[in-house]
Amino acid sequence: MSQKQVSSKERELEKKDLLTIHSAKEAEQLFHYSAGRYGSRFLEEMQERKRFVGVRCPKCRKVYVPPREVCGPCFTKMEEAVEVGPRATLKTYTIIRFPYIDPETGELKRVPFGYGFFKFDGADTLFQHYFPIDDESKIKIDARFEPVWREHRTGSVRDIEHFVLVED
Amino acid sequence: MARRAAIVATGQTHHRSIRRDVNGQELINEAVMRCLEEGELTIDDIDAVLIGNMDHFEGINYVDCWSVDGSGGFMKPTIKLTTGGTTGSTLGIAGYHLVASGAFDRVLVIGWEKNSESDTTGAINTAFDAIWDRPFFAGAIAGLAVMAQTYAHLYGATARDAARVAVRDRHHACLNPYAHLRKETSIEEVLASPMLADPVCLLDMCPRTDGACAVVYAAEGIAEKMCSQPAWVHAVASRHMYSYISDADTGTGTMISMERASAELYKKLHIKEPRKKIDVIEMYQPFSWAGLMWIEDMGLCKKGEGPKLVWDGATDLGGEIPINPSGGVVATNPIGATGLIRCAEVALQIMGKAGDRQVPDVNLAIATGFGGCAWTDLLAYGKKKPT
Amino acid sequence: MDRAAIIGIGQTKAEGRLKEFNYAELVYPAVVAALEDAGITIDNIGNIVTTSNDFWDGRTISSMATGDVSGAWDRNISCVEGDGAFGAFYGMCRVLSGHYDTTLVTAYSKGSESVSAYITNAAFDPIYIRGLGLDMVSACALQARRYMSRYKISEEQCALVSVKNHRNGLDNPNAHLKLDCSLQDVMNSPMICDPLKLYDCSPISDGAVAVIFANQKKAKKLGRKPVWVKGVSLCMDTYLLGDRDLAECAALTKAAKKAYQSAGISDPRKEIDVAEIYDAFSYQELMWTEGLGFCDRGGGGRLIESGATGKSGDIPVNPSGGLLASHPVIAAGLIRIAEAVRQVRGEAGRMQVKEDVRTALAHGVNGACGQSHCVWILGRE
Repeated sequence: MSQKQVSSKERELEKKDLLTIHSAKEAEQLFHYSAGRYGSRFLEEMQERKRFVGVRCPKCRKVYVPPREVCGPCFTKMEEAVEVGPRATLKTYTIIRFPYIDPETGELKRVPFGYGFFKFDGADTLFQHYFPIDDESKIKIDARFEPVWREHRTGSVRDIEHFVLVED
Repeated sequence: MARRAAIVATGQTHHRSIRRDVNGQELINEAVMRCLEEGELTIDDIDAVLIGNMDHFEGINYVDCWSVDGSGGFMKPTIKLTTGGTTGSTLGIAGYHLVASGAFDRVLVIGWEKNSESDTTGAINTAFDAIWDRPFFAGAIAGLAVMAQTYAHLYGATARDAARVAVRDRHHACLNPYAHLRKETSIEEVLASPMLADPVCLLDMCPRTDGACAVVYAAEGIAEKMCSQPAWVHAVASRHMYSYISDADTGTGTMISMERASAELYKKLHIKEPRKKIDVIEMYQPFSWAGLMWIEDMGLCKKGEGPKLVWDGATDLGGEIPINPSGGVVATNPIGATGLIRCAEVALQIMGKAGDRQVPDVNLAIATGFGGCAWTDLLAYGKKKPT
Repeated sequence: MDRAAIIGIGQTKAEGRLKEFNYAELVYPAVVAALEDAGITIDNIGNIVTTSNDFWDGRTISSMATGDVSGAWDRNISCVEGDGAFGAFYGMCRVLSGHYDTTLVTAYSKGSESVSAYITNAAFDPIYIRGLGLDMVSACALQARRYMSRYKISEEQCALVSVKNHRNGLDNPNAHLKLDCSLQDVMNSPMICDPLKLYDCSPISDGAVAVIFANQKKAKKLGRKPVWVKGVSLCMDTYLLGDRDLAECAALTKAAKKAYQSAGISDPRKEIDVAEIYDAFSYQELMWTEGLGFCDRGGGGRLIESGATGKSGDIPVNPSGGLLASHPVIAAGLIRIAEAVRQVRGEAGRMQVKEDVRTALAHGVNGACGQSHCVWILGRE
C-alpha cells in the first residue's frame, strides 16, 4: 500500500480550511455542589434569620466567614458559632468594566458593576459581594457598608442584593 | 539531596493570540519537537512525560491521556499536574523531583494552553468555590485589581508607577522572538488604555495566548553530557495557602505566599541579600502592579519601595536585578505554559542562549509562578552544580 | 538509593451521595485518620500532594478546595490530576528526592454532584468523538465486546467477577455497596450498554482516602509497621480508542514488568500474596489479571472459574470488593494501595486473605478503557 506524502508547501492552508468545532449552549454541565455542614448553617441563617454566622478557631481565635470546618493555619477543627455584622468595612474593591461570560448562566455579564471585599464587624476574613456604583466618588477603602436583603431568599449568597454605604 | 538535576533543553512555540492552524495536540508537539531538537534528543531518550494545562480553558478531561500522541508519552510513564496559573511552575518543580528521586534519568515537562478556545475569565471563574466566591468573582482581572487597590491605598503607589513596569516588560518583549505581544508602549499610552477593573487598564494586564513550552530535566552524570551548560536546580519552594479568595491576604497589600516561599528559598540558598545575589528573575507577573508589589514581597526592597526600585531602572535589562527580560507575562500568557516558560527563560539565561535578551554573567536565576488564591511557586537555578 | 514506605492510611466510608459534606469536609476525616494511623501530627508532615479532577469537581483548579484540610498552610504542596495511584507516585518521588521526610497524599471525588456521563464524555476528543456521545460506560462496553470476542470470554465468566467482588465488599467497612448477588442476579440485572449489565458496572461513589509516605530513615524511626514500596511503574497507551486493539493491554504489561523487575519478582502468580486491582467493570478484572501475568493472555475467564482469585485462592484479587463494590473516582487507585497496605500489615479484618501476606500488588488506572496503568508492589521488608 503506497502512502502519498503531502507537503505543507503543496497545500497552503487558507483561513476557510481551518475548521473550528463549537461546543456552546448545548453543552451544559450541571452540578449539585454540597455547601457542607458549616456552609449550610450559614446560608440557612441568612435565609431564615437575615443574619451572618461565622465560626471561631479555638487555637488562634480567628473568626471565619464563610465558615468552614478546619482553620487552615492551625489545622484545627472549629465548632464555635459567632454572629458577625451585619455592618461591614470595605477592605478593598474594584469596578468591573469589561464584560465576560458568567459560567453560571452562560450569558455575558452586564458591566460596569462594583465588586468588593467586606469585613463584617467581628469577623477576621473578608466576604465578597456587589455594591452599587451610582456615586463612585463615595467608594473608599474603610468605608462602612451594610447588606440589603432580598424579599425572597433561597439560601444563597445572592439572598443579599448588594451592600450599600451606611449613611450615618 | 538524592541527586542533582538540571534543565538541559527547552522549546517554545511562537506564542500568538489564536493558533487556528493547529489543534491542541499539534501545539504541544511543536514545543516538544523544538525542545528535543534543541537538546539533540529523540523521544526515545525520554523516560517520562509530565504535562499540564488549566482544564476549563479547553474543556478536555484527562488531558494527559488525550495529548499522549503529541506529548510523546506513548508507552511511557505520563502524568498530569494542574494547579491553575501555577501549573507551569508546579510542573517545573515536579520534573525536578522526578529526576532527583532517581525514578527517571530524563523527564520531558510540557506546559500548554490554547486560551483562544474559550472565554478566559468565564473559565477562570470556575476555579473558585461555587457557593461563596464564584457568584461575584470576575476572573483574574478582578482578583488582581483588588490587590492593587489595597496596595495603592496603603503605600501610595500610582498608576504611573505601574505603567512604568508595563513599559519595561513590553520593551523587553521586543527582544524575544517567542513573545506574543511585541510592541513598545509608553506611560501615557498605558494610562490612556481602557480601564478593565479599577485601577487595572488594558495595557497593565496580560493577554491570553495560545502557546506551549517544553523542557527536559536530566540527572547529574547525564546532564553534563547532554548540555555544555545545564541549568542546575538549586532550590524550590511553594506556598498554595488559601482555599477561598475571600480569605486570601487581599486586604493586606502583601502576598503572604510570596513572602513565605521566598524566605524558604533564600534559607535553602543560604542568601541574605537576594538583590545582590540574584542575577535575573523571570517573575510570573500577570499585571504591571505585581511588578511593584511582589518585588517587595520577594525581599528585593522594603514594603512601599517597589516603585523606586523600578523607576531607578534597577529591574530593566542592564540594571542591577533585571526582571522579565523575556517580556514576562504581560507580553505572553498561555496560562498552563506561563509558569514553565519562566523556568525555560531562566534556563536559557544560565545557558547563555537568551539571544538579544541575554543578561551577562548569570550565576543564579529565579523563576516564579503565580495562580490560584494568591499562590506562589519559586524555583532557583544556577550555573554551577549545587553543593 | 533511598527506599520509601507507607506509614499511615486513612479512608472515609464511601457512599452514593454524601450530601452534607463539601470536598474539604470529605477529605478532612481521611487526613486525620491517616495521621492518627501513622502516629504523627500535621506538623510532622513535610509536604503534600493532593489528587483530584477538575471535571469531577466542577471547578478548574480543583486542588484549591482541599488545601486547608490537607495542611497546605505554610507547607510545600502540589497536585496530580488523575487517579490517586499516580498522585501517590509523585508523592513518593518527593520523599525520595531528599527534600521531605514525609508526603501526605490525598485523593477524593464526589461523583454524586454531577452527571458522570457528561464528565466522562468530556474525556473524549472534542473534534472526532465527543459529539457521538461516548462516555466511560459505552467506551468500556466497546472494549468488553472486543476482549470477549477475541479471547472467547463469556458473559458468565465476567459475571463471576461481580459475584466475587460484591460478596467481598460485604466484609469491607468502607465499601459503598453492600450487595450479595448470585450469578443469576448478575445475568438478570438490567442491560446498561451491551454487553455490560448493571452488576457488571462499578457504582460512582463519594469518598476520600489519604496515604502517608516516608523515607527509609523516618519510616524506621516512627516504629509503627511501615509497608515498603518494592517496585512501582506506570505506562500510558495511545489515546484514540481505534488506535489500539482494545482487547490488549500492552501498557499494563509494560508497567507490571518494570514493577516486578524492581521488586525482584519473576513469578507474579506465586510471589504475590494478594492483589487489589482496578475493576471499574467486571471484564476489566479478567483483562488485568492477564496483563499482570497471573495467567496467560485470554486465560482470565478460566482463572476466575478456577477460584484462584477468591479470598482463599492462590492469587486473591480484590478481597476489598474492588471498584465494583465501591468506586470513588480518582480515589479508587489510592484506595487499592490502602487496602494492599492493610493486607501486608495483617490489619484487613474479615478481608484478610491469610495471616502471612508478605507481598501485595495495588493497581490504578487513568483514562478510558485502561489507557494508563500504575502498578505498585508493596511488601513487609
